[in-house]
Amino acid sequence: MRSLALVLMSLAFVAPVSAAEIWVSNEKDDTISVIDVETLEVVRTIPTGERPRGITFSKDYSRLYICASDSDTVQVMDPETGEILHNLPSGEDPEQFVLHPNDRHLYIANEDDAITTVVDTETRKVIAQIDVGIEPEGMAVSPDGKIVITTSETTNMAHWIDTESQSIFANSLVDSRPRHAEFTKGGSELWVSSEIGGTVTVFKVEDQAEVAKIRFEVQGVHADRVQPVGFEFTEDEKRVFIALGPSNHVAVVNAETYEVEDYILVGRRVWHMDFSPDKTLLFTTNGVSGDVTVIDVAALEAIKTIKVGRFPWGAAARP
Amino acid sequence: MSAYLISLLAILERETLRFIGQRGRFVAALVRPLVWLLVFAAGFRAALGLSITPPYETYITYEVYIVPGLCGMIQLFNGMQTSLSLVYDREMGSMRLLLSSPLPRWWLLLSKLMAGVAISIFQVYAFLAIAAVFGIVLPWEGYLLVLPALVISGLTLGALGLALSSIIRQLENFAGVMNFVIFPMFFLSSALYPLWRMAESSELLHDICAVNPFTHAVELIRFALYAQVNFMALFWTALALAVFMALALWGYDPARGFMRRKG
Repeated sequence: MRSLALVLMSLAFVAPVSAAEIWVSNEKDDTISVIDVETLEVVRTIPTGERPRGITFSKDYSRLYICASDSDTVQVMDPETGEILHNLPSGEDPEQFVLHPNDRHLYIANEDDAITTVVDTETRKVIAQIDVGIEPEGMAVSPDGKIVITTSETTNMAHWIDTESQSIFANSLVDSRPRHAEFTKGGSELWVSSEIGGTVTVFKVEDQAEVAKIRFEVQGVHADRVQPVGFEFTEDEKRVFIALGPSNHVAVVNAETYEVEDYILVGRRVWHMDFSPDKTLLFTTNGVSGDVTVIDVAALEAIKTIKVGRFPWGAAARP
Repeated sequence: MSAYLISLLAILERETLRFIGQRGRFVAALVRPLVWLLVFAAGFRAALGLSITPPYETYITYEVYIVPGLCGMIQLFNGMQTSLSLVYDREMGSMRLLLSSPLPRWWLLLSKLMAGVAISIFQVYAFLAIAAVFGIVLPWEGYLLVLPALVISGLTLGALGLALSSIIRQLENFAGVMNFVIFPMFFLSSALYPLWRMAESSELLHDICAVNPFTHAVELIRFALYAQVNFMALFWTALALAVFMALALWGYDPARGFMRRKG
Protein backbone atom coordinates (compact mmCIF):
# COMPACT_ATOMS: atom_id res chain seq x y z
CA MET A 1 0.00 0.00 0.00
CA ARG A 2 2.82 2.32 0.96
CA SER A 3 4.73 1.54 -2.23
CA LEU A 4 1.60 2.21 -4.25
CA ALA A 5 1.29 5.60 -2.59
CA LEU A 6 4.93 6.33 -3.44
CA VAL A 7 4.40 5.37 -7.06
CA LEU A 8 1.33 7.61 -7.23
CA MET A 9 3.26 10.47 -5.64
CA SER A 10 6.17 10.09 -8.05
CA LEU A 11 3.71 10.01 -10.95
CA ALA A 12 2.18 13.20 -9.66
CA PHE A 13 5.61 14.84 -9.72
CA VAL A 14 6.48 13.76 -13.26
CA ALA A 15 3.02 14.47 -14.66
CA PRO A 16 3.36 17.22 -17.26
CA VAL A 17 2.35 20.66 -16.15
CA SER A 18 -0.36 21.92 -18.48
CA ALA A 19 1.44 23.97 -21.11
CA ALA A 20 0.44 27.39 -22.33
CA GLU A 21 -2.09 27.42 -25.15
CA ILE A 22 -3.37 29.63 -27.94
CA TRP A 23 -7.10 29.40 -28.60
CA VAL A 24 -8.21 30.19 -32.15
CA SER A 25 -11.81 30.63 -33.32
CA ASN A 26 -12.57 29.10 -36.73
CA GLU A 27 -15.28 31.23 -38.35
CA LYS A 28 -16.42 28.70 -40.99
CA ASP A 29 -15.97 25.48 -39.01
CA ASP A 30 -17.85 26.63 -35.88
CA THR A 31 -14.98 25.36 -33.76
CA ILE A 32 -12.07 26.47 -31.65
CA SER A 33 -8.59 25.03 -32.27
CA VAL A 34 -6.31 24.87 -29.23
CA ILE A 35 -2.58 25.11 -30.03
CA ASP A 36 0.03 23.92 -27.54
CA VAL A 37 2.68 26.66 -27.34
CA GLU A 38 5.47 24.14 -26.58
CA THR A 39 4.85 21.67 -29.38
CA LEU A 40 3.18 24.17 -31.76
CA GLU A 41 0.54 21.60 -32.60
CA VAL A 42 -3.24 21.60 -32.41
CA VAL A 43 -4.09 19.54 -29.33
CA ARG A 44 -7.86 20.04 -29.15
CA THR A 45 -10.72 21.08 -31.42
CA ILE A 46 -13.87 22.20 -29.62
CA PRO A 47 -17.30 22.82 -31.21
CA THR A 48 -18.93 26.23 -30.62
CA GLY A 49 -22.00 28.14 -31.74
CA GLU A 50 -22.30 29.41 -35.31
CA ARG A 51 -19.56 31.60 -36.77
CA PRO A 52 -17.29 32.15 -33.77
CA ARG A 53 -15.22 35.32 -34.17
CA GLY A 54 -14.02 37.42 -31.19
CA ILE A 55 -12.81 35.34 -28.21
CA THR A 56 -11.43 36.41 -24.83
CA PHE A 57 -10.71 34.83 -21.45
CA SER A 58 -11.85 36.00 -18.04
CA LYS A 59 -9.05 37.31 -15.80
CA ASP A 60 -8.54 33.95 -14.03
CA TYR A 61 -8.87 32.03 -17.32
CA SER A 62 -11.72 29.96 -15.89
CA ARG A 63 -14.15 31.11 -18.58
CA LEU A 64 -13.86 31.74 -22.31
CA TYR A 65 -16.23 34.21 -23.93
CA ILE A 66 -17.03 33.54 -27.58
CA CYS A 67 -18.85 35.83 -30.01
CA ALA A 68 -21.00 33.26 -31.85
CA SER A 69 -22.05 35.79 -34.47
CA ASP A 70 -24.63 33.78 -36.42
CA SER A 71 -26.11 32.33 -33.22
CA ASP A 72 -26.64 35.95 -32.06
CA THR A 73 -25.15 35.21 -28.68
CA VAL A 74 -22.00 35.33 -26.61
CA GLN A 75 -21.20 31.87 -25.33
CA VAL A 76 -19.43 31.19 -22.06
CA MET A 77 -17.21 28.10 -22.17
CA ASP A 78 -15.40 26.15 -19.46
CA PRO A 79 -11.89 25.91 -21.03
CA GLU A 80 -11.09 22.75 -19.06
CA THR A 81 -13.99 20.69 -20.36
CA GLY A 82 -14.85 22.64 -23.52
CA GLU A 83 -18.44 22.66 -22.35
CA ILE A 84 -20.68 25.66 -23.07
CA LEU A 85 -21.83 26.78 -19.61
CA HIS A 86 -24.43 29.28 -20.76
CA ASN A 87 -25.18 32.00 -23.29
CA LEU A 88 -25.19 35.72 -22.64
CA PRO A 89 -27.72 38.12 -24.17
CA SER A 90 -25.51 39.90 -26.65
CA GLY A 91 -27.82 41.64 -29.09
CA GLU A 92 -27.76 40.69 -32.77
CA ASP A 93 -24.64 39.59 -34.67
CA PRO A 94 -21.95 40.11 -32.04
CA GLU A 95 -18.58 40.34 -33.81
CA GLN A 96 -16.03 41.66 -31.36
CA PHE A 97 -16.08 42.50 -27.69
CA VAL A 98 -13.85 43.64 -24.89
CA LEU A 99 -13.90 42.62 -21.22
CA HIS A 100 -13.78 45.54 -18.82
CA PRO A 101 -10.88 45.46 -16.28
CA ASN A 102 -13.56 44.80 -13.60
CA ASP A 103 -13.73 41.28 -15.16
CA ARG A 104 -17.49 41.60 -15.21
CA HIS A 105 -18.79 43.87 -17.94
CA LEU A 106 -18.54 42.80 -21.57
CA TYR A 107 -18.78 45.53 -24.20
CA ILE A 108 -20.07 43.93 -27.39
CA ALA A 109 -20.20 45.38 -30.92
CA ASN A 110 -23.51 44.41 -32.62
CA GLU A 111 -22.62 44.72 -36.27
CA ASP A 112 -26.16 44.60 -37.72
CA ASP A 113 -27.83 46.92 -35.18
CA ALA A 114 -25.33 49.80 -34.91
CA ILE A 115 -25.29 49.28 -31.16
CA THR A 116 -22.73 48.56 -28.48
CA THR A 117 -24.30 46.27 -25.87
CA VAL A 118 -23.01 46.14 -22.29
CA VAL A 119 -23.62 42.83 -20.56
CA ASP A 120 -23.07 41.96 -16.92
CA THR A 121 -21.50 38.49 -17.05
CA GLU A 122 -22.55 37.71 -13.47
CA THR A 123 -26.23 38.62 -13.60
CA ARG A 124 -26.28 37.73 -17.34
CA LYS A 125 -28.31 40.85 -18.03
CA VAL A 126 -27.91 43.68 -20.53
CA ILE A 127 -27.14 46.78 -18.51
CA ALA A 128 -26.86 49.28 -21.36
CA GLN A 129 -27.13 49.65 -25.11
CA ILE A 130 -25.32 52.54 -26.71
CA ASP A 131 -26.12 53.79 -30.21
CA VAL A 132 -22.97 53.99 -32.26
CA GLY A 133 -22.14 54.34 -35.97
CA ILE A 134 -23.10 51.83 -38.69
CA GLU A 135 -21.48 48.37 -38.53
CA PRO A 136 -19.61 48.61 -35.23
CA GLU A 137 -16.67 46.23 -34.99
CA GLY A 138 -13.44 47.15 -33.16
CA MET A 139 -13.64 47.29 -29.37
CA ALA A 140 -11.05 48.51 -26.84
CA VAL A 141 -11.03 49.48 -23.18
CA SER A 142 -8.58 51.85 -21.49
CA PRO A 143 -6.37 50.29 -18.79
CA ASP A 144 -8.18 52.29 -16.05
CA GLY A 145 -11.53 51.11 -17.42
CA LYS A 146 -12.91 54.63 -17.80
CA ILE A 147 -13.12 54.68 -21.62
CA VAL A 148 -14.39 52.11 -24.09
CA ILE A 149 -13.91 52.52 -27.83
CA THR A 150 -16.18 51.20 -30.54
CA THR A 151 -15.12 51.64 -34.16
CA SER A 152 -17.85 51.67 -36.81
CA GLU A 153 -16.87 50.27 -40.19
CA THR A 154 -19.26 52.30 -42.35
CA THR A 155 -19.36 55.56 -40.39
CA ASN A 156 -15.53 55.49 -40.30
CA MET A 157 -15.36 56.64 -36.72
CA ALA A 158 -13.93 55.70 -33.37
CA HIS A 159 -16.60 56.39 -30.72
CA TRP A 160 -15.30 57.28 -27.24
CA ILE A 161 -17.65 55.87 -24.58
CA ASP A 162 -17.61 56.99 -20.94
CA THR A 163 -18.08 53.75 -18.96
CA GLU A 164 -19.60 55.55 -16.01
CA SER A 165 -22.44 57.18 -17.92
CA GLN A 166 -22.40 54.51 -20.68
CA SER A 167 -22.60 57.25 -23.30
CA ILE A 168 -20.46 58.59 -26.12
CA PHE A 169 -18.46 61.68 -25.18
CA ALA A 170 -16.40 62.07 -28.38
CA ASN A 171 -16.11 60.79 -31.95
CA SER A 172 -12.96 60.69 -34.04
CA LEU A 173 -12.95 60.33 -37.80
CA VAL A 174 -10.56 57.75 -39.14
CA ASP A 175 -9.88 56.31 -42.58
CA SER A 176 -12.25 53.93 -44.30
CA ARG A 177 -13.51 50.81 -42.48
CA PRO A 178 -11.93 50.90 -39.04
CA ARG A 179 -11.59 47.31 -37.83
CA HIS A 180 -9.65 47.23 -34.60
CA ALA A 181 -8.62 49.50 -31.73
CA GLU A 182 -6.15 49.18 -28.83
CA PHE A 183 -5.01 51.43 -26.02
CA THR A 184 -1.34 51.49 -25.07
CA LYS A 185 -0.72 50.00 -21.63
CA GLY A 186 -0.17 53.36 -20.00
CA GLY A 187 -3.45 54.48 -21.54
CA SER A 188 -1.97 57.59 -23.14
CA GLU A 189 -2.53 56.56 -26.77
CA LEU A 190 -5.28 54.91 -28.79
CA TRP A 191 -4.43 53.12 -32.04
CA VAL A 192 -7.12 52.41 -34.67
CA SER A 193 -6.63 50.37 -37.87
CA SER A 194 -8.53 51.21 -41.06
CA GLU A 195 -8.87 48.25 -43.40
CA ILE A 196 -9.83 49.96 -46.68
CA GLY A 197 -8.00 53.19 -45.87
CA GLY A 198 -4.85 51.09 -45.42
CA THR A 199 -3.73 53.11 -42.42
CA VAL A 200 -3.41 53.01 -38.64
CA THR A 201 -4.26 56.24 -36.84
CA VAL A 202 -2.79 57.10 -33.44
CA PHE A 203 -4.69 59.41 -31.05
CA LYS A 204 -3.69 61.09 -27.83
CA VAL A 205 -6.27 59.93 -25.29
CA GLU A 206 -6.08 63.13 -23.26
CA ASP A 207 -7.66 65.33 -25.94
CA GLN A 208 -8.49 62.78 -28.68
CA ALA A 209 -6.07 64.59 -30.99
CA GLU A 210 -4.53 62.71 -33.90
CA VAL A 211 -0.83 62.15 -33.28
CA ALA A 212 0.23 60.05 -36.25
CA LYS A 213 -0.99 58.14 -39.25
CA ILE A 214 0.93 55.04 -40.29
CA ARG A 215 0.94 53.86 -43.90
CA PHE A 216 2.22 50.60 -45.32
CA GLU A 217 3.91 49.51 -48.49
CA VAL A 218 4.57 45.82 -49.03
CA GLN A 219 7.03 45.05 -51.84
CA GLY A 220 5.35 43.24 -54.72
CA VAL A 221 1.82 43.67 -53.31
CA HIS A 222 -0.73 46.07 -54.78
CA ALA A 223 -1.66 48.88 -52.38
CA ASP A 224 -5.34 47.81 -52.46
CA ARG A 225 -4.43 44.52 -50.84
CA VAL A 226 -2.62 46.13 -47.92
CA GLN A 227 -5.44 46.21 -45.37
CA PRO A 228 -4.52 46.64 -41.70
CA VAL A 229 -6.81 44.81 -39.29
CA GLY A 230 -5.78 43.31 -35.93
CA PHE A 231 -2.66 44.40 -34.05
CA GLU A 232 -0.86 43.86 -30.76
CA PHE A 233 1.80 45.70 -28.75
CA THR A 234 4.91 43.92 -27.49
CA GLU A 235 5.39 43.65 -23.72
CA ASP A 236 7.75 46.66 -23.61
CA GLU A 237 5.43 48.54 -26.01
CA LYS A 238 8.33 49.44 -28.26
CA ARG A 239 6.87 47.60 -31.21
CA VAL A 240 3.46 46.89 -32.70
CA PHE A 241 2.66 43.94 -34.93
CA ILE A 242 -0.09 44.80 -37.40
CA ALA A 243 -1.93 42.20 -39.52
CA LEU A 244 -2.24 43.47 -43.11
CA GLY A 245 -5.09 41.24 -44.31
CA PRO A 246 -4.87 40.01 -47.94
CA SER A 247 -1.32 41.31 -48.37
CA ASN A 248 -0.40 38.19 -46.36
CA HIS A 249 2.11 40.15 -44.29
CA VAL A 250 2.41 41.39 -40.73
CA ALA A 251 3.98 44.83 -40.35
CA VAL A 252 6.37 45.54 -37.51
CA VAL A 253 5.99 49.16 -36.43
CA ASN A 254 8.20 51.12 -34.06
CA ALA A 255 5.70 52.41 -31.48
CA GLU A 256 7.88 55.41 -30.64
CA THR A 257 8.71 56.70 -34.11
CA TYR A 258 5.62 55.24 -35.86
CA GLU A 259 7.94 53.96 -38.62
CA VAL A 260 7.43 50.56 -40.24
CA GLU A 261 10.55 48.50 -39.51
CA ASP A 262 9.79 45.23 -41.24
CA TYR A 263 7.19 43.07 -42.98
CA ILE A 264 6.86 39.38 -42.18
CA LEU A 265 5.33 36.92 -44.66
CA VAL A 266 2.49 34.88 -43.11
CA GLY A 267 -0.56 33.00 -44.44
CA ARG A 268 -3.37 34.35 -46.59
CA ARG A 269 -5.63 37.13 -45.28
CA VAL A 270 -4.00 37.55 -41.90
CA TRP A 271 -6.63 38.90 -39.52
CA HIS A 272 -5.95 38.90 -35.77
CA MET A 273 -3.22 37.71 -33.43
CA ASP A 274 -2.10 37.14 -29.86
CA PHE A 275 1.16 36.59 -28.01
CA SER A 276 2.11 33.45 -26.11
CA PRO A 277 1.85 34.11 -22.34
CA ASP A 278 5.63 34.66 -22.11
CA LYS A 279 5.36 37.12 -25.05
CA THR A 280 8.17 35.45 -27.01
CA LEU A 281 5.93 34.11 -29.78
CA LEU A 282 3.15 35.74 -31.77
CA PHE A 283 0.34 33.69 -33.34
CA THR A 284 -1.46 35.19 -36.34
CA THR A 285 -4.76 33.85 -37.70
CA ASN A 286 -4.68 33.50 -41.50
CA GLY A 287 -8.29 33.28 -42.66
CA VAL A 288 -8.11 32.15 -46.30
CA SER A 289 -5.23 29.68 -45.90
CA GLY A 290 -6.85 28.27 -42.74
CA ASP A 291 -3.74 28.33 -40.62
CA VAL A 292 -1.88 30.12 -37.86
CA THR A 293 1.64 31.48 -38.38
CA VAL A 294 4.01 31.56 -35.41
CA ILE A 295 6.40 34.52 -35.32
CA ASP A 296 9.54 34.63 -33.19
CA VAL A 297 9.12 38.08 -31.62
CA ALA A 298 12.84 38.67 -30.93
CA ALA A 299 14.07 37.50 -34.34
CA LEU A 300 11.09 39.00 -36.24
CA GLU A 301 10.83 35.76 -38.22
CA ALA A 302 7.98 33.41 -39.06
CA ILE A 303 9.09 30.03 -37.74
CA LYS A 304 6.14 27.77 -38.38
CA THR A 305 2.64 27.70 -39.81
CA ILE A 306 0.06 25.40 -38.23
CA LYS A 307 -3.10 24.14 -39.96
CA VAL A 308 -6.27 24.88 -37.97
CA GLY A 309 -9.94 24.96 -38.99
CA ARG A 310 -11.49 26.90 -41.87
CA PHE A 311 -11.19 30.67 -41.67
CA PRO A 312 -9.47 31.22 -38.33
CA TRP A 313 -10.46 34.63 -36.97
CA GLY A 314 -9.66 35.48 -33.33
CA ALA A 315 -6.84 34.33 -31.04
CA ALA A 316 -6.47 34.34 -27.24
CA ALA A 317 -3.63 33.03 -25.07
CA ARG A 318 -4.14 30.90 -21.97
CA PRO A 319 -1.21 30.23 -19.58
CA MET B 1 53.11 9.93 -50.04
CA SER B 2 51.30 7.39 -52.11
CA ALA B 3 51.14 7.84 -55.86
CA TYR B 4 47.36 8.04 -55.64
CA LEU B 5 47.46 11.02 -53.33
CA ILE B 6 50.16 12.72 -55.36
CA SER B 7 48.09 12.41 -58.53
CA LEU B 8 44.96 13.66 -56.73
CA LEU B 9 46.80 16.70 -55.38
CA ALA B 10 48.40 17.40 -58.74
CA ILE B 11 45.05 17.30 -60.53
CA LEU B 12 43.47 19.43 -57.78
CA GLU B 13 46.29 21.95 -58.08
CA ARG B 14 45.97 22.08 -61.87
CA GLU B 15 42.20 22.61 -61.69
CA THR B 16 42.60 25.27 -59.00
CA LEU B 17 45.21 27.09 -61.05
CA ARG B 18 42.98 26.88 -64.07
CA PHE B 19 40.05 28.23 -62.01
CA ILE B 20 42.12 31.10 -60.62
CA GLY B 21 43.44 31.85 -64.08
CA GLN B 22 39.93 32.07 -65.47
CA ARG B 23 38.53 34.92 -63.39
CA GLY B 24 35.74 35.37 -65.85
CA ARG B 25 34.58 31.83 -65.11
CA PHE B 26 34.24 32.58 -61.41
CA VAL B 27 32.44 35.84 -62.05
CA ALA B 28 30.11 34.12 -64.54
CA ALA B 29 29.48 31.28 -62.09
CA LEU B 30 28.30 33.85 -59.53
CA VAL B 31 26.55 36.31 -61.80
CA ARG B 32 24.37 33.62 -63.40
CA PRO B 33 22.56 32.53 -60.19
CA LEU B 34 22.54 36.07 -58.84
CA VAL B 35 20.69 37.31 -61.91
CA TRP B 36 18.11 34.61 -61.30
CA LEU B 37 17.90 35.45 -57.62
CA LEU B 38 17.77 39.22 -57.79
CA VAL B 39 16.02 39.83 -61.11
CA PHE B 40 13.98 36.79 -62.07
CA ALA B 41 12.84 35.94 -58.53
CA ALA B 42 11.91 39.54 -57.79
CA GLY B 43 9.68 39.60 -60.84
CA PHE B 44 8.00 36.33 -60.03
CA ARG B 45 7.67 36.98 -56.32
CA ALA B 46 3.92 37.19 -56.24
CA ALA B 47 3.29 34.80 -59.14
CA LEU B 48 4.38 31.59 -57.45
CA GLY B 49 1.45 31.40 -55.06
CA LEU B 50 1.58 30.16 -51.56
CA SER B 51 1.88 26.67 -50.22
CA ILE B 52 3.96 25.05 -47.55
CA THR B 53 5.95 22.00 -48.63
CA PRO B 54 8.71 20.26 -46.65
CA PRO B 55 11.36 21.18 -45.57
CA TYR B 56 9.71 24.58 -45.10
CA GLU B 57 7.56 25.01 -42.02
CA THR B 58 6.00 28.32 -42.95
CA TYR B 59 5.37 30.53 -45.97
CA ILE B 60 8.46 31.62 -47.88
CA THR B 61 9.18 34.11 -50.60
CA TYR B 62 10.16 32.93 -54.07
CA GLU B 63 13.74 34.12 -53.53
CA VAL B 64 14.05 31.77 -50.58
CA TYR B 65 12.56 28.93 -52.62
CA ILE B 66 14.97 29.12 -55.53
CA VAL B 67 18.23 29.39 -53.52
CA PRO B 68 18.77 25.58 -53.36
CA GLY B 69 17.96 25.28 -57.06
CA LEU B 70 20.52 27.95 -57.86
CA CYS B 71 23.12 26.10 -55.76
CA GLY B 72 22.36 23.07 -57.94
CA MET B 73 22.60 25.28 -61.03
CA ILE B 74 26.12 26.34 -60.05
CA GLN B 75 27.12 22.70 -59.68
CA LEU B 76 25.42 21.71 -62.93
CA PHE B 77 27.27 24.38 -64.91
CA ASN B 78 30.48 23.54 -63.12
CA GLY B 79 30.07 19.87 -63.98
CA MET B 80 29.57 20.79 -67.61
CA GLN B 81 32.52 23.16 -67.47
CA THR B 82 34.65 20.25 -66.26
CA SER B 83 33.42 18.25 -69.20
CA LEU B 84 34.29 21.16 -71.48
CA SER B 85 37.80 21.33 -70.05
CA LEU B 86 38.25 17.61 -70.70
CA VAL B 87 37.30 18.08 -74.32
CA TYR B 88 39.76 20.96 -74.47
CA ASP B 89 42.44 18.79 -72.84
CA ARG B 90 41.85 16.13 -75.42
CA GLU B 91 42.17 18.60 -78.25
CA MET B 92 45.33 20.10 -76.79
CA GLY B 93 46.93 16.73 -76.05
CA SER B 94 47.23 17.07 -72.28
CA MET B 95 44.54 14.40 -71.89
CA ARG B 96 46.88 11.83 -73.43
CA LEU B 97 49.51 12.83 -70.87
CA LEU B 98 47.06 12.36 -68.01
CA LEU B 99 45.69 9.05 -69.19
CA SER B 100 49.15 7.62 -69.81
CA SER B 101 49.82 7.77 -66.08
CA PRO B 102 50.44 4.29 -64.60
CA LEU B 103 47.60 4.83 -62.09
CA PRO B 104 44.22 3.25 -62.79
CA ARG B 105 42.05 5.28 -65.10
CA TRP B 106 39.11 5.31 -62.66
CA TRP B 107 41.30 6.99 -60.08
CA LEU B 108 42.43 9.67 -62.52
CA LEU B 109 38.86 10.38 -63.52
CA LEU B 110 37.69 10.40 -59.90
CA SER B 111 40.48 12.83 -59.00
CA LYS B 112 39.44 15.09 -61.85
CA LEU B 113 35.86 14.83 -60.63
CA MET B 114 36.76 15.63 -57.01
CA ALA B 115 38.77 18.65 -58.08
CA GLY B 116 35.73 19.95 -59.97
CA VAL B 117 33.45 19.32 -56.99
CA ALA B 118 35.79 21.24 -54.65
CA ILE B 119 35.66 24.23 -56.98
CA SER B 120 31.87 24.04 -57.30
CA ILE B 121 31.45 23.95 -53.51
CA PHE B 122 33.60 27.05 -53.20
CA GLN B 123 31.36 28.77 -55.75
CA VAL B 124 28.19 27.69 -53.94
CA TYR B 125 29.41 29.06 -50.60
CA ALA B 126 30.37 32.35 -52.27
CA PHE B 127 26.84 32.51 -53.73
CA LEU B 128 25.23 31.72 -50.35
CA ALA B 129 27.30 34.48 -48.74
CA ILE B 130 26.11 37.03 -51.32
CA ALA B 131 22.51 35.81 -50.92
CA ALA B 132 22.85 36.36 -47.14
CA VAL B 133 23.98 39.93 -47.80
CA PHE B 134 20.71 40.42 -49.70
CA GLY B 135 18.75 39.15 -46.70
CA ILE B 136 18.27 35.49 -47.63
CA VAL B 137 19.66 33.93 -44.49
CA LEU B 138 19.30 30.21 -43.85
CA PRO B 139 19.50 28.36 -40.51
CA TRP B 140 23.17 28.39 -39.43
CA GLU B 141 23.34 24.60 -39.13
CA GLY B 142 22.14 24.39 -42.72
CA TYR B 143 25.36 26.06 -43.92
CA LEU B 144 27.36 23.21 -42.35
CA LEU B 145 25.07 20.32 -43.17
CA VAL B 146 24.74 21.28 -46.81
CA LEU B 147 28.42 20.42 -47.33
CA PRO B 148 27.98 16.61 -47.57
CA ALA B 149 24.90 17.15 -49.77
CA LEU B 150 26.94 19.41 -52.06
CA VAL B 151 29.68 16.76 -52.27
CA ILE B 152 27.18 14.11 -53.40
CA SER B 153 25.28 16.36 -55.79
CA GLY B 154 28.55 17.79 -57.12
CA LEU B 155 29.94 14.31 -57.77
CA THR B 156 26.73 13.28 -59.54
CA LEU B 157 26.60 16.32 -61.82
CA GLY B 158 30.37 16.14 -62.38
CA ALA B 159 30.11 12.45 -63.29
CA LEU B 160 27.42 13.37 -65.80
CA GLY B 161 29.83 15.90 -67.27
CA LEU B 162 32.56 13.26 -67.46
CA ALA B 163 30.25 10.80 -69.19
CA LEU B 164 29.25 13.49 -71.69
CA SER B 165 32.83 14.55 -72.30
CA SER B 166 33.67 11.02 -73.38
CA ILE B 167 31.23 11.29 -76.27
CA ILE B 168 31.83 14.90 -77.30
CA ARG B 169 34.41 15.00 -80.00
CA GLN B 170 35.03 18.68 -80.45
CA LEU B 171 34.58 21.87 -78.47
CA GLU B 172 32.02 23.11 -80.97
CA ASN B 173 29.65 20.36 -79.90
CA PHE B 174 29.42 21.88 -76.47
CA ALA B 175 26.61 24.15 -77.57
CA GLY B 176 24.59 20.98 -78.06
CA VAL B 177 25.25 20.07 -74.44
CA MET B 178 23.84 23.42 -73.39
CA ASN B 179 20.69 22.93 -75.43
CA PHE B 180 20.09 19.25 -74.84
CA VAL B 181 21.44 18.68 -71.33
CA ILE B 182 21.81 21.79 -69.16
CA PHE B 183 18.62 23.64 -70.06
CA PRO B 184 16.25 20.65 -70.00
CA MET B 185 17.79 19.40 -66.76
CA PHE B 186 17.50 22.79 -65.12
CA PHE B 187 14.04 23.80 -66.32
CA LEU B 188 12.47 20.36 -65.94
CA SER B 189 13.32 20.14 -62.26
CA SER B 190 12.17 21.46 -58.90
CA ALA B 191 14.85 24.18 -59.02
CA LEU B 192 12.53 26.97 -60.15
CA TYR B 193 9.07 25.65 -59.34
CA PRO B 194 7.84 23.15 -56.77
CA LEU B 195 6.66 19.85 -58.24
CA TRP B 196 3.07 20.42 -57.07
CA ARG B 197 3.06 23.54 -59.23
CA MET B 198 4.22 21.49 -62.23
CA ALA B 199 1.48 18.93 -61.56
CA GLU B 200 -1.10 21.72 -61.70
CA SER B 201 -0.15 22.56 -65.30
CA SER B 202 0.74 19.09 -66.61
CA GLU B 203 1.01 15.65 -65.05
CA LEU B 204 3.48 14.64 -67.77
CA LEU B 205 5.76 17.57 -66.96
CA HIS B 206 5.53 16.66 -63.30
CA ASP B 207 6.52 13.05 -64.02
CA ILE B 208 9.48 14.13 -66.16
CA CYS B 209 10.62 16.46 -63.38
CA ALA B 210 10.20 13.69 -60.80
CA VAL B 211 12.60 11.35 -62.64
CA ASN B 212 15.14 14.06 -63.46
CA PRO B 213 18.26 13.36 -61.32
CA PHE B 214 18.82 17.11 -61.06
CA THR B 215 15.49 17.43 -59.19
CA HIS B 216 16.76 14.98 -56.59
CA ALA B 217 20.13 16.72 -56.33
CA VAL B 218 18.32 20.02 -55.73
CA GLU B 219 15.98 18.49 -53.15
CA LEU B 220 18.95 16.92 -51.37
CA ILE B 221 20.54 20.39 -51.15
CA ARG B 222 17.23 22.02 -50.18
CA PHE B 223 16.60 19.69 -47.23
CA ALA B 224 20.25 19.85 -46.10
CA LEU B 225 20.08 23.67 -46.05
CA TYR B 226 17.31 23.25 -43.46
CA ALA B 227 19.26 20.61 -41.50
CA GLN B 228 17.14 17.72 -42.76
CA VAL B 229 17.86 14.63 -44.85
CA ASN B 230 15.62 13.72 -47.76
CA PHE B 231 16.41 10.00 -47.98
CA MET B 232 14.52 9.55 -51.22
CA ALA B 233 16.54 12.33 -52.88
CA LEU B 234 19.74 10.92 -51.37
CA PHE B 235 18.98 7.48 -52.81
CA TRP B 236 18.19 8.74 -56.31
CA THR B 237 21.17 11.10 -56.38
CA ALA B 238 23.53 8.32 -55.25
CA LEU B 239 22.03 5.97 -57.85
CA ALA B 240 22.48 8.60 -60.57
CA LEU B 241 26.09 9.07 -59.43
CA ALA B 242 26.76 5.33 -59.76
CA VAL B 243 25.18 5.22 -63.24
CA PHE B 244 26.96 8.35 -64.55
CA MET B 245 30.28 7.22 -63.09
CA ALA B 246 29.93 3.79 -64.68
CA LEU B 247 29.11 5.44 -68.02
CA ALA B 248 32.14 7.73 -67.69
CA LEU B 249 34.47 4.82 -66.90
CA TRP B 250 33.06 2.88 -69.81
CA GLY B 251 33.38 5.89 -72.07
CA TYR B 252 37.01 6.43 -71.13
CA ASP B 253 37.93 2.74 -71.30
CA PRO B 254 40.09 2.48 -74.45
CA ALA B 255 39.14 -1.16 -74.99
CA ARG B 256 35.34 -0.77 -74.97
CA GLY B 257 34.08 2.74 -74.75
CA PHE B 258 33.25 5.61 -77.03
CA MET B 259 36.94 6.50 -77.23
CA ARG B 260 37.63 3.40 -79.25
CA ARG B 261 34.76 4.00 -81.62
CA LYS B 262 36.05 7.47 -82.25
CA GLY B 263 39.40 6.02 -83.10
